[in-house]
Amino acid sequence: MRRARMAQAEEIIRLKDICMDYGGGLVLDKLNLYILKNEFITLLGPSGCGKTTTLRIIGGFEQQTSGDILFEGKSISHLPPFARKVNTVFQHYALFSHMNVYENVAFGLRIKKLSEPEIARKVGGVLELMSLPGFEKREIDSLSGGQRQRVAIARAVVNEPLVLLLDEPLGALDLKLRKEMQIELKNIQQSLGITFVFVTHDQEEALTMSDTIAVMKDGLIQQIGAPIDIYNEPKNEFVAGFIGESNIMDGVMHADYRVSFAGRSFQCVDKGFAPDEAIDVVIRPEDVKLTPAAAGMLRGVVNSVIFKGVHYEMMVSVGGREWMLHNTQMAPVGEEIGLDIYPDDIHVMKKGKKLEEKTA
Amino acid sequence: MKKKLLNGPYLAWMLLFAIAPLFIVVWYALTAEIGGERSFSLANLQRVFEPIYLRVIWHSLKLAVISTFLCFLLGYPAALILASRPFRRRTILVVLIVLPMWMNFLARTYAWLSLLEKNGVINSVLAFLGLPALNILYTDAAVVLGMVYNFLPFMILPIYSVLYKIDHSQIEAAQDLGATPLITFQRVIFPQSLAGALSGVVMVFMPAMTTFVISRLLGGGQYTLIGNLIEQQFLTTYDWGFGSALSLFLMALLIVMGGLLMRSRGDNEGGLW
Repeated sequence: MRRARMAQAEEIIRLKDICMDYGGGLVLDKLNLYILKNEFITLLGPSGCGKTTTLRIIGGFEQQTSGDILFEGKSISHLPPFARKVNTVFQHYALFSHMNVYENVAFGLRIKKLSEPEIARKVGGVLELMSLPGFEKREIDSLSGGQRQRVAIARAVVNEPLVLLLDEPLGALDLKLRKEMQIELKNIQQSLGITFVFVTHDQEEALTMSDTIAVMKDGLIQQIGAPIDIYNEPKNEFVAGFIGESNIMDGVMHADYRVSFAGRSFQCVDKGFAPDEAIDVVIRPEDVKLTPAAAGMLRGVVNSVIFKGVHYEMMVSVGGREWMLHNTQMAPVGEEIGLDIYPDDIHVMKKGKKLEEKTA
Repeated sequence: MKKKLLNGPYLAWMLLFAIAPLFIVVWYALTAEIGGERSFSLANLQRVFEPIYLRVIWHSLKLAVISTFLCFLLGYPAALILASRPFRRRTILVVLIVLPMWMNFLARTYAWLSLLEKNGVINSVLAFLGLPALNILYTDAAVVLGMVYNFLPFMILPIYSVLYKIDHSQIEAAQDLGATPLITFQRVIFPQSLAGALSGVVMVFMPAMTTFVISRLLGGGQYTLIGNLIEQQFLTTYDWGFGSALSLFLMALLIVMGGLLMRSRGDNEGGLW
């Protein structure tokens, strides 16, 4: 079920029961995760969820309190960072300020004692790839944020690592540049065929770039899967709330394919619940259709309208509860409208469900 | 306009207490008393180059270089250790290093005198342990010891101040790229601490080259460095002309050496100038 598209791929990294405790409680709580070859996997979550800690444990910058990390099947837990076959793109670039661009990128190659012509060829190639040709002699101080970002990526990928770890690498860039770099990073990942482990708190970024997203909270993976599955079938209230906007409300599953909430019974696509089991229902704001008041499955009164560019965001009062709606059409404040929801768009979640599919 | 006004007091201060004395020194150095009147003469400067004085200058230079080198050897690792501690402990350690400097310089040097004496503290302990006595008082070794002891903080602090500013993620990045701790030090940490190291070298070398108290106390009455020589001219023989000429020569020497040091490095960050 999970990551069906990549089922054929080989596993490259496996985290087994990783616990991390800095002395103030568990930051990671028996984390289990496997990462596949050539996969673009994103660890997504709010700050303090343990995503950066996970990345630093893979890189070797933190030693886990307990648990094991396997790289191509062999434990690397005891290896210092310089002996691990992964490279990192740091959050604030961490470029060597006393070296120019060329020397920064050549750093790893020089340590491997490659010949000068070989180094020149590789550095030239990677700068070309990062659209930085001609920047060899530039000092780091003279570069813009976006250029520094590219140098940081170039410095890491020139070593042809099997896995590249990226710690919120786009966080310091402005919105437009960030969007460009998202596309570019994805392209680089595909053309180099490297596994990317990407850490971010930006759900849109995660959805745009990833093959797989692991949503984390409080040191636990809440849900892991393809972006579309996470968006459409959030496993619990936290995931639903974190990935995009959503209306989450209490409901009851009467029988297979039959759910009731907001004072009405609906047809849905979910099954396998106990009779009359209390559940949470998630409905995305863009999945609610507007109809004339008399024709809708539900009725509501528009409380507010905000223009968001592509769509309008309307807050609609439905039976005493406020719903958020996104629609390219707007209804004026105070007007009574009808709401339609199709079975496909009703997402049913077990109450208070954390996650079992940590290991898969 | 306003800026110029603010500069006023500093300008007056510099004129009165730095530029004017400098000119007085130059005037004394370049004149001699002939028939009750001072007139232009190079005699004082020529005397500086007499072998007996050149030997003193050479000796002073040698001891200053040795002391500076020892300070660097002791100070760099100390700064490195200091910079790698967590913030709170670091502050305590810095205070501990600065603490001796709060005590009077003379008192501290006198203390070494009683420590190093023939029947002093160190020799008593050595005798108690059945070890041979240490007789270094009134030798070069004692003078170098006094210099290293007194000037070490001036080496540690500037190096520490550049080391702790090095972004820790750069060190992680180096390790990430395959650098062992040794290579990380050679290629990332040390090059970025050069400015501080040079400041430290200058800040130790200058007082070591000019001191007269340490050499007098720990070197004994007959012991003469260039600092003692200058002191004698002003306080004992009252030959202000020769004293000024020696000072001028020492100043020129320090400026040339300082200039050479500064030229050997590219940027000025974290340095003295």
